[in-house]
Amino acid sequence: MKKNNGKLYTIIALIVLAILVYFAEKNLDAYNLRILNLGAIYVTLGVSLNLIFGFTGQFSLGHAGFMAVGAYVTALLVLPPWYKEMIYILEPLVWPFTVMHTPFIVALFLSGVFAAIAALLIGLPVLRLKGDYLGIATLGFAEIIRIIANNIPQITNGALGIKGIPEFTNLWWTIGVAVVTIYIIKGLINSSYGRALMAIRENEIAAEVIGVNLTYHKVMSFTISAFFAGVAGGLFACLLTTIDPKAFMFIMTFNILIVVVLGGIGSITGTVIAAFLFNISLEYLRPIEAGFNIGPIVIPAIPGLRMVTFAALLLIVILYKQNGLMGGIEFSWNGVSRFFQRLFSNNKSSEGGAI
Amino acid sequence: MSLSLFLQNLANGLSLGSLYALIAIGYTMVYGILRLINFAHGEIFMLAPYFLFYGLLIFHLPWWASFIIAVALTALTGMITERIAYRPLRNAPRISALISAIGVSYFLQNLAIVVFSGIPKSFFRPKFFKTIYHFGGVRLQSTLFASVVVSAVFLSALLYIVYKTKTGLAMRSISTDIETSRLMAVNVDKTISVTFAIGSALAAVGGILWGLRFPQLFPLMGMMPGLKAFIAAVVGGIGNIPGAMLGGLILGMSEILFVAFLPALSGYRDAFIFFILIFILLFKPDGLLGKNVQEKV
Repeated sequence: MKKNNGKLYTIIALIVLAILVYFAEKNLDAYNLRILNLGAIYVTLGVSLNLIFGFTGQFSLGHAGFMAVGAYVTALLVLPPWYKEMIYILEPLVWPFTVMHTPFIVALFLSGVFAAIAALLIGLPVLRLKGDYLGIATLGFAEIIRIIANNIPQITNGALGIKGIPEFTNLWWTIGVAVVTIYIIKGLINSSYGRALMAIRENEIAAEVIGVNLTYHKVMSFTISAFFAGVAGGLFACLLTTIDPKAFMFIMTFNILIVVVLGGIGSITGTVIAAFLFNISLEYLRPIEAGFNIGPIVIPAIPGLRMVTFAALLLIVILYKQNGLMGGIEFSWNGVSRFFQRLFSNNKSSEGGAI
Repeated sequence: MSLSLFLQNLANGLSLGSLYALIAIGYTMVYGILRLINFAHGEIFMLAPYFLFYGLLIFHLPWWASFIIAVALTALTGMITERIAYRPLRNAPRISALISAIGVSYFLQNLAIVVFSGIPKSFFRPKFFKTIYHFGGVRLQSTLFASVVVSAVFLSALLYIVYKTKTGLAMRSISTDIETSRLMAVNVDKTISVTFAIGSALAAVGGILWGLRFPQLFPLMGMMPGLKAFIAAVVGGIGNIPGAMLGGLILGMSEILFVAFLPALSGYRDAFIFFILIFILLFKPDGLLGKNVQEKV
């Protein structure tokens, strides 16, 4: 099989995906659509975290903060002015936000831009830190963003949060953004920038010696990662239709981190699989908690049982798949064709010279 | 601010700081040996007051007996989590162990919701801890003394174990080089178990004192104190035991004094803690007492 067939296959796969999305939007109920939407948002979040953590090797725990920035920007921009006047009961909304009203796509883009600016401001000083120290510093910044959001009711409506955000998010948006994110980040990784990022991950000193500008590349990777986290935050806000600072606690970052590590660090394919598995299993475990009957035995409803089961499953998976589900292996059309060739060469006698 | 009010706040800060120090020890010891951020430590901390609560309420044990049993059970829980969730991952990528720790944290939190229920419980306080002493204008609750004195006793005991006993020597050797320690006939698995037991026991003491100070128990109560204690450990230089104590005191003091001096900004109390963390890290990237390890090329 020739290599340049890959592009064609990708296009075909995208068309198939679009058809699937069309039928899903038409036939699935709101509950299942919500799960798929969340899964796709987690893909965007996971892939963007993978860029800074998996490919650049910088332990960033600030994703929830950038999501929060994006979510608030989108919420403020898509809500009509008369409605905003109504819901800000703690303190009236301050000026530029009272009149701003943009279409969803502009709001999403600006969400990303604002999250990226936040990342730039944070990244310049803290990206000098290494390893776990960087992790805890970025976590600190994310928490600071959340606490600020809690304390400026004239912009964020404080702890009350913003309610009644129009539900613009649907599968077209979430899957679309996920595909665009994967396309851009994959392109970045395969460019000379990406090689520099991976050089930094493997060995910072060696990378610096061969002329990679450490600060520039780290900050770039961090900023791009935050951009997509911001966009995902905007989608998140318009999916749940209500946001408050508590939604963006460090637990959120942990969940994204779980998706990235479970999928296999540095594997976008793994992140995609893990993102959907994570959300689907989290939701489909709900019946456990609702109480059920095993034959004559009646199990009463026990709140918390779902998350206990989920945590146990998570532990089992990480204990048995220590490098994640994909373990750094990436999906590629060549890989698929190799797989089929091996399959066929097993059936017939080997024809030799497969790859 | 009057002098007595200042002294009052100082005393409050000291007692809060000593609690942070007790919890921070567990983080720093585990990190020093395994290079693992044990995110489940906050949940270990949460279990201890619950154990004490049930010891008193259901089994009608005397105070001191329930205290000992609660600390012992918590230490045991710490050892079990190490055995089940961390030991199999000792040679895995470090991030997998971290995810395992997050998994344990979720597990214990929600197990607590299942077993103890999510409804907050009011913690039983013996009469002694309700007394209030007056020193001039300063009013000191006896829990305040208790937290400072008990912390001081346990922390001294810890320093004795780590720097004067054979087990402590083994711990220090493992934190320097795990493979060489094994070659020198140090029982690595046992020592790590002991480390978890000690760290969890200290967290248990911290948790019970916390319960006396803020007498309300709920399954998520370990989250914020746990995170702040971890920050204390990082501020002091993670892996360094005196550093964790210092970091705890600094954090406790600054949290109380921040609110005391700037009451208008009290909503930013937690943000201020993170700000201190980032500020210190920018000037001392390895914490206040951490060793600055230069990477050799």
